[in-house]
Amino acid sequence: MSGRSFAQKVLSRASGCDAAVGDTVVAKVDLAMSHENAALVSSKFREMGAERIWDPSRVVLVFDHRMPANTVSAAEGHRRVRLFAEEMGVESFYQHGEGICHQVLPEMGHVRSGDLIVGSDSHTTTYGAFGAFATGIGATEMAAVWATGELWFRVPETLRIQIDGGMPSGCMSKDVVLKAIGELGADGADYCCVEYTGGTVDDMSVSSRMVLCNMAIEMGAKAGVCFPDEKTRQYLEERGSGGDELFSDEGSAQRRHPMDVSNLVPQVAAPHSVDNVLPADELRDVAVDQAVLGSCTNGRLEDLQAAAALLKGRKVSASTRLIVVPASRETALQAMEDGTMQALMEAGAIVTNPGCGPCLGAHQGLLAAGETAIASTNRNFRGRMGSPDAEVYLASPLTVAASALTGRITDPREVMR
Amino acid sequence: MNTDLIIPGRYLDNYDIASLAKHAMEDIDPGFASKVAEGDVIVAGRNFGCGSSREQAPLVLKELGVGAVVAESFARIFYRNAINVGLPVVACADASLIEDGDTVEIDLAAGTLSSSSGLESGFPPLPPKLLEILEKGGLVSALKERFRPCRPGTGR
Repeated sequence: MSGRSFAQKVLSRASGCDAAVGDTVVAKVDLAMSHENAALVSSKFREMGAERIWDPSRVVLVFDHRMPANTVSAAEGHRRVRLFAEEMGVESFYQHGEGICHQVLPEMGHVRSGDLIVGSDSHTTTYGAFGAFATGIGATEMAAVWATGELWFRVPETLRIQIDGGMPSGCMSKDVVLKAIGELGADGADYCCVEYTGGTVDDMSVSSRMVLCNMAIEMGAKAGVCFPDEKTRQYLEERGSGGDELFSDEGSAQRRHPMDVSNLVPQVAAPHSVDNVLPADELRDVAVDQAVLGSCTNGRLEDLQAAAALLKGRKVSASTRLIVVPASRETALQAMEDGTMQALMEAGAIVTNPGCGPCLGAHQGLLAAGETAIASTNRNFRGRMGSPDAEVYLASPLTVAASALTGRITDPREVMR
Repeated sequence: MNTDLIIPGRYLDNYDIASLAKHAMEDIDPGFASKVAEGDVIVAGRNFGCGSSREQAPLVLKELGVGAVVAESFARIFYRNAINVGLPVVACADASLIEDGDTVEIDLAAGTLSSSSGLESGFPPLPPKLLEILEKGGLVSALKERFRPCRPGTGR
């Protein structure tokens, strides 16, 4: 026998069955997150004829995609969700600019190790950084979860990405995960639970691990996980959370992808797919009109601090606008307190309120036809950040800051002090 | 083919699917919405529907009358969403052998696919539970039965 994987253990516990890989199980959901698309979820919920949310304490709502509302129809969507949440008695509703759902949920203590979490957002995989099994679902399925507390899951295969080697100067966890996506492809982990293990992951902060799990969806994964350790426990305890730590048995992974990052260089995903990955240095001729530092992938304090350390006392290129979107209000407050925000604004950054910002092309920094952006966000699909005739390159916060400084895509090692 | 191409994020503040559907595929194939006819089949390569969890992606295709999507493979969330909104999705390794303009016959229960240019192929049929959701027109219709209030006078 090859032992049981993390995914099997969570889905076995949540379904009450002995979940074998490939089985379809009906499992009880521990936490269900929705953002603005709760408007669509609530209309599906009504269509089903459901009347009450199965457990209002297990539903969390966050406005982050279009907050504050950028159009009248977005405002109407918000209003519908507010009325619905009030009627249903949803207890945890972050509707006043607290930040991006995937940052706010861990901050507010909703994420627990070992939990089965669903979100009507594909980057729900982020919560795997705390040892939860977390996956994105659609609006209709979320309506079914609100009504019944249950959902069917196919028990996934496991892909273990073992990462070893010291992190080189100029590189961050974003470079590691972009490299992995480049090697595996945008469907390289389709339907899998991706486990990130190895000494490099052990050395990473919880925030850096969130980047790995967040981007698991960009290789097609159902979930991504970093197994809990002392850092995880400390983060969760500080937030009044905890949970049951579950670990894969040795030999339970169907596939393995070893990586040695000791010679890694800063990576960039070129348009228009996330697996089109090249060393930043090879793109040095690409001029950038806009640099975006933010998103559920890379808008946390350590990301802002890395960019500020590079930009402090310098000015963003006259040909480039730098947009900084803190991942949460807490992030923004901490960045103000420690001088990070001061350094970024003095360098010429435009700082917006916490939220998704321009990542998905809703507002706060859309691109014109013919423009180019470099962003610490997660998708560079055609049309993602505005015009379909614009181009988006994805990179780490350091590479975004270095590129903002020079006005072209820049390997941060060239300008780091 | 990712979900931003199927329906761009900039339009997602519109919750009216009929008017949203006019923007389907516009960044890659302007005029797509007016070209699609009832029962048309979309044929695609690998990882169809990768990206966002937005259910509007299969919804707008269904709204335009797309009868099925046949692809070499699907991204997981799109695949689930399609079934849940009642849009048939067929993962067929031979999808690239279907030619533009072919008439395609698909038997979802048997897992067979044939095309007017002579392709005879198969695919793993959906598990019965999922096929049932599809046959009922999606998860909403399937769950309506569960939440249907009892009729007066039945004594329940």
